[in-house]
Amino acid sequence: MNNHKSFIALPYGLFLTLFVILPFFVILYYALTDSTGAFTLVNFTHFFTNPKTMGTLVYSLLISVLTTVICLILAYPTAYILAKGGLKRSTVYLILLVVPMWINFTLRITALKEILTLLQGNIAYYPFFNTIVCMVYDYLPFMLLPIYNCLSEIGDEYGEAAMDLGADRVSTFFRVILPFSLPGIISGIMMVFLPTMTDYVILDMIYNSTYIMGSLIGSYFSSYDWNNGSMISVVLLSLIMMVNLAADWVIKKRG
Amino acid sequence: MKKITFTCAAALSMIILSSCGASGNDEIVLRIANSEEYIDYGFWDDDEAIELDGGTVMGERPMINDFEDWFYEQYGKKVRVEYSTYGSNEEMYNMISMGDVFDMVCPSDYMIMKLMEEDALVPLSDEFFDEDIEENYYINGVSPYISKMFDFLRINDESIGKYSAGYMWGNMGIVYNPEGVDEEDTAHWEMLNDPKYFKRVTMKDGVRDSYIVAANILNRELIESGEFLNREDYYGALTDVLNDTSQETVDKIESVLTDMRNNCYSLENDSGKADIITGKVLANMQWSGDAVYTILECEEEGVTLCYRVPEEGSNLWFDGWVMMKDGLSGDPDKQLAAEAFINFLSRPDNVVRNMCWIGYTSAISGGDDPLIGEYLEYCYGAEDECEEDELTDYDISYFFGEEYILETTEDMAKGVLFAAYPDEETLGRCVIMRDFTREENDRIMRMWTNIRCFSLW
Repeated sequence: MNNHKSFIALPYGLFLTLFVILPFFVILYYALTDSTGAFTLVNFTHFFTNPKTMGTLVYSLLISVLTTVICLILAYPTAYILAKGGLKRSTVYLILLVVPMWINFTLRITALKEILTLLQGNIAYYPFFNTIVCMVYDYLPFMLLPIYNCLSEIGDEYGEAAMDLGADRVSTFFRVILPFSLPGIISGIMMVFLPTMTDYVILDMIYNSTYIMGSLIGSYFSSYDWNNGSMISVVLLSLIMMVNLAADWVIKKRG
Repeated sequence: MKKITFTCAAALSMIILSSCGASGNDEIVLRIANSEEYIDYGFWDDDEAIELDGGTVMGERPMINDFEDWFYEQYGKKVRVEYSTYGSNEEMYNMISMGDVFDMVCPSDYMIMKLMEEDALVPLSDEFFDEDIEENYYINGVSPYISKMFDFLRINDESIGKYSAGYMWGNMGIVYNPEGVDEEDTAHWEMLNDPKYFKRVTMKDGVRDSYIVAANILNRELIESGEFLNREDYYGALTDVLNDTSQETVDKIESVLTDMRNNCYSLENDSGKADIITGKVLANMQWSGDAVYTILECEEEGVTLCYRVPEEGSNLWFDGWVMMKDGLSGDPDKQLAAEAFINFLSRPDNVVRNMCWIGYTSAISGGDDPLIGEYLEYCYGAEDECEEDELTDYDISYFFGEEYILETTEDMAKGVLFAAYPDEETLGRCVIMRDFTREENDRIMRMWTNIRCFSLW
């Protein structure tokens, strides 16, 4: 029986080896060598001592954190109302919020650019603000859906039990509902925080092609500098790993 | 197990059989790689046909298919074109370095020189340059200006004209809306750095394009001085000045481009056209071919745009067809088909088709065939109802090699026509950007990354 099960996993194992593990080692190899193929750490030391690349890292983080926080602030109450508000047609409202995702995202940003131009006159005067607006617009559904799913799985009996035991609405929310919805929040954060660090298309369109981490990788690869491009990918991967570990830690501590 | 062996054997024999089949018949396979949307793809609507005195020009089918038929009729041999495309010269070079094999590609001037230096090209044959052969449309139709430039551009004592046949060409300038821009300001590239147009102008998102513009701004005083202009080797000296890539110059260019980026609405390669049409910006740093497109689009909206090549200098480029050594590998049939392909593209009716479809200016003037001149009249000639004082004479004799003066409107002479066929004086201050060495390239790329990064300290 056991044998059969592992046979089913074979395609996935193959996929994992070919498209995840192998490429990872290729990236690592390039990141740790120079253009002649000799081992070096110069790529990394250069990255962490150069004001421009470090600036890009800090800037990308700033954009990511801001986008994530704003998405969370907007998405949580919305998801809460949709899941717990007892609205009659909550699924319809949910679909309406998700529908924009069905349209190609460069198209949506182009449209948003027109709307912002209408409101502001010249969008190039407020590039940072507009970048955040576009990022939030783009990634809000990715925050909303996991939180909504998580909240709607929490049975009403938990809240009722807390109330029965004397908790008021506020402490019921903060001590029962919020901790229960934590996994949703965390997966929402992961879905928004990580892609925004590399989503350079919005910056190309709205922010004078200012570089974030994603564009930096692209710029190195298009000038055939695979070593530095891979190095930045490794830096990003480590960042993602850290965020993952932190998330795991939070969930374990709660659980 | 048996089953697997059988399948393998079957697959193997299929492969062997099919490869035999390919080499067994006489079909010539021509592998062509070209920029995207850089040849007539055909399927024109009936109302898109161009009626000229010399006949109606119409792209019913893709140019490639027409070539295959024409070649069979002409030479009695079957040719099959395997056509692929790339996004830029660098991408094409990358494809070749990674092992892709093509028989023909269509790179720009500096890339042709790079390939020549690497001994990757096959020279065009003597027959190709034989003016007595009627089907040699290229040598009988190429503009004298283009052949002069192709002879002038040399590497290792060989001209690029020996290895390549001109296809399209153009320059770089400023498209602007005269409603919001003072015409005087467009005389210099510094306009892009002028706070007066803060966030109302765009620049190119390409390091080579922006570099030469910044070099013009940086060296304006020198290259506009009387002493410099009167130098005997003015053109060569201008080329050298604008192509200087010493660390000191690159540092200065970095600061010019940083200012420019802060002043610009966006760095673009495509969106600038839409942004000037919708009125978001007043001027684009623009390639002449895209300028033609932008001006024509705007005309439909009732807005007149102008094109100007600033007075200090600008960039000039040529794209040409070359034959690859690796691809041809000494096969005379392939070389015959490749050269026939160039000639087919240079046949005046096909030149008109390509120009109309692509929007860029062809290197062919047509020689004795008047069709291309007629097409220019069709596009840019003054219409009958024009007022006398709106008319102007526009001289393109340098391009046709014989007197060719077009009666056109003031708007066109400052707009589309000037973008498509700049006057001779303007071209005298437009230079080619040469290929950079690896070291120079790294330096410039670092600078280009720097201007777009947020600096922490």
